[in-house]
Amino acid sequence: MRNLSERPLTERLRPAHFQSVLRWETGLAVVVAGILIIGSAASPQFLTGNNLFNLGLSNGEIAIMTLPMALIIISGEIDLSVASILGMSSALLGYLWNRGWPMPAIFAFVAVVGLAAGAVNGLLVTRLRLPSLAVTIGTLALYRGIATIILGPNTVSTFPAGYTDLGINAVPFTGNDMTWSTLIFIVLAIIFGVVLHATPLGRSVYAMGASQEAAQFAGIRVKRIKTGLFMLSGFICALAGVLWTFRLDTAVQNNGLGLELSVVAIVLLAGVSIFGGKGSIIGVVLAVLAFAGIQNALLLTNFNQEATGIVTGALLLASVFLPTAGRLFRRLSHS
Amino acid sequence: MSAATLPDSGQRAERARDAGLAERVFRIRESGIVAVLVIFVAVTTIIKPRFLDVSNIQFVLVDTSTFALLALGQTLVVISRNVDLSVGSVVGLSAYLSASLFADHPGIPIPVVFLAGLGIGLACGIANGIMVAVGRVPSLVVTLATLYIIRGIDILIVGGNEVDASSLPDAFINIPKDTVVGIPVIAIAVAVVIAIGAYYLRTYRSGRDLYAIGSNPDAARLAGLPVGRRVLVAFAVSGGIAGVAGVLWASQFPTINSTAGTGYELQVVSAVVVGGVAIFGGSGTATGAALGALLLTTINSALYVLGISSFWDQAIWGFLLLVAIALDQTITERLTSALRSRKPRSRTAGPRHPGPKTSGSGKPGLTSSPSSTGTRHA
Repeated sequence: MRNLSERPLTERLRPAHFQSVLRWETGLAVVVAGILIIGSAASPQFLTGNNLFNLGLSNGEIAIMTLPMALIIISGEIDLSVASILGMSSALLGYLWNRGWPMPAIFAFVAVVGLAAGAVNGLLVTRLRLPSLAVTIGTLALYRGIATIILGPNTVSTFPAGYTDLGINAVPFTGNDMTWSTLIFIVLAIIFGVVLHATPLGRSVYAMGASQEAAQFAGIRVKRIKTGLFMLSGFICALAGVLWTFRLDTAVQNNGLGLELSVVAIVLLAGVSIFGGKGSIIGVVLAVLAFAGIQNALLLTNFNQEATGIVTGALLLASVFLPTAGRLFRRLSHS
Repeated sequence: MSAATLPDSGQRAERARDAGLAERVFRIRESGIVAVLVIFVAVTTIIKPRFLDVSNIQFVLVDTSTFALLALGQTLVVISRNVDLSVGSVVGLSAYLSASLFADHPGIPIPVVFLAGLGIGLACGIANGIMVAVGRVPSLVVTLATLYIIRGIDILIVGGNEVDASSLPDAFINIPKDTVVGIPVIAIAVAVVIAIGAYYLRTYRSGRDLYAIGSNPDAARLAGLPVGRRVLVAFAVSGGIAGVAGVLWASQFPTINSTAGTGYELQVVSAVVVGGVAIFGGSGTATGAALGALLLTTINSALYVLGISSFWDQAIWGFLLLVAIALDQTITERLTSALRSRKPRSRTAGPRHPGPKTSGSGKPGLTSSPSSTGTRHA
């Protein structure tokens, strides 16, 4: 029964889906290569290990958060509360450390809070059938508000060096080129990629994004999987919050403020459709590289660093207009 | 629309009754916000009577004005099942440019500056509108992109500069302080604009079209409504309003730099949603959105007067927003089933001009699976 109803859907989806994704990824790869060439031409420091290290350092947390976001958007939802969960876990880390909790206990507690925050999002979306866009704007304010209540105007920066070194030092045996957050991103990207592209669970995420009703009739546990995705996002954002805190050696209530839109922008740039059902982890990795590369290249070329949003925005527009233009072109050349 | 599709008088009466029901529900929804507002004000006043001081009321009204104005523009866009995330950046750009107009051209008439702000906002709004309406790409992505681009342009123009209130003419800085019989002029002006907006949405054909488009963009297109043009106008109005709001912003804050209005877009969307406008379009009123803005501002002020640290503001906002969304969903579902049980012939009736009631019947399926229909393109 399940096989019968599921097979046509996946068969229908796969060819078109792979074609368009590959095309978009090729484009992204060209963009990344272009950035590398222009960047290294503009500045001899661009491709040095030291610069790559800094690149990973300043983009690690955002990169990590894009992975669960990609899954959520592919499943047809969105999570705007990610940066607030990061802020909340950072505030909690600082608060509990100030109260003398041992670090492992804090980690466990922060992880549980991250999972719970994601569960609240997931349950509101799936059980009460509320639109995730509105729900997560609400929890964006709520979780950031909780972070603000926990820490108030205080700043905690008395973390032991053994932990804050994790934020700024290189992973051993990598020749001082790879940060811990980069390593975590690579490992997570591989796991996410395998799960999304090579397991029934991953295929069902695409299926529910393409058509929730069809997925439901195909016997996919849509509600449970979506809740799980939101919890995963909460957990990973809590992890990003810990990394952020150790990197800056600062827990403050506005850590990561406004990052949610950057995370969404990278995921859309990756060719993930805002309507769900389309996208790939390779695309996300390439989009992270493009995003980090552009910021870094502009930094080295004396462009006003804060205005790099112009380039991000332009790429975002390109990501929605190029496929449309391509389709139009193909239709014209066929007729 | 030919005469053949016109319903017979029986159906028309039935529809009028249903429209009445939907109308009542909206009124209940709005009175819900008013009730929460009254409770907040009453409790705060009992504890701290100075909450109802003239100066504090004036303060809240002025604070609400800009916010409610932006909520009006956002309401038009959200009703048509779109969203405008670029308003915060437009406010920032317009605020800086209008303030620097005063600084660079002393003696420039204030209305000219307002027109300049309006023009900047209109340009941004029309750009958004063209991309969404003509390019048929999702507004969430387009306005997220223009949020970054417009803010980037702002940063490039401003650099590290800032305009100080001391370089602005007194008449301009006094705009938020001017009152008529104790009521801030700015609040009166904004109330008039919102009243016009509410009347337009309720009465004008193009206003009703926005509801139809938001309820079901494909059906609206098939019914021959000029979907692209309506959506374009909605974005243009939202942008224009954001431009004017930027000028008002410049008159209220002591310094204007490149961060003015950052993050404001999500607050405006919150106010609109708290005010009962469905995030996936098709239902809601301009009055509701303005009341939403008033409620959120009042809560901030109440917490301040009560001496509760402003650190609680955001958590309470977020909680209230979640309650409002959950409440709306319940109301919509009830309304849908009420309309279904009343109207067994609705499939053959072919509504000529969908009122708010169609939003009820169209929404639950959409909110649970917005992607399944793929109609968020509009």
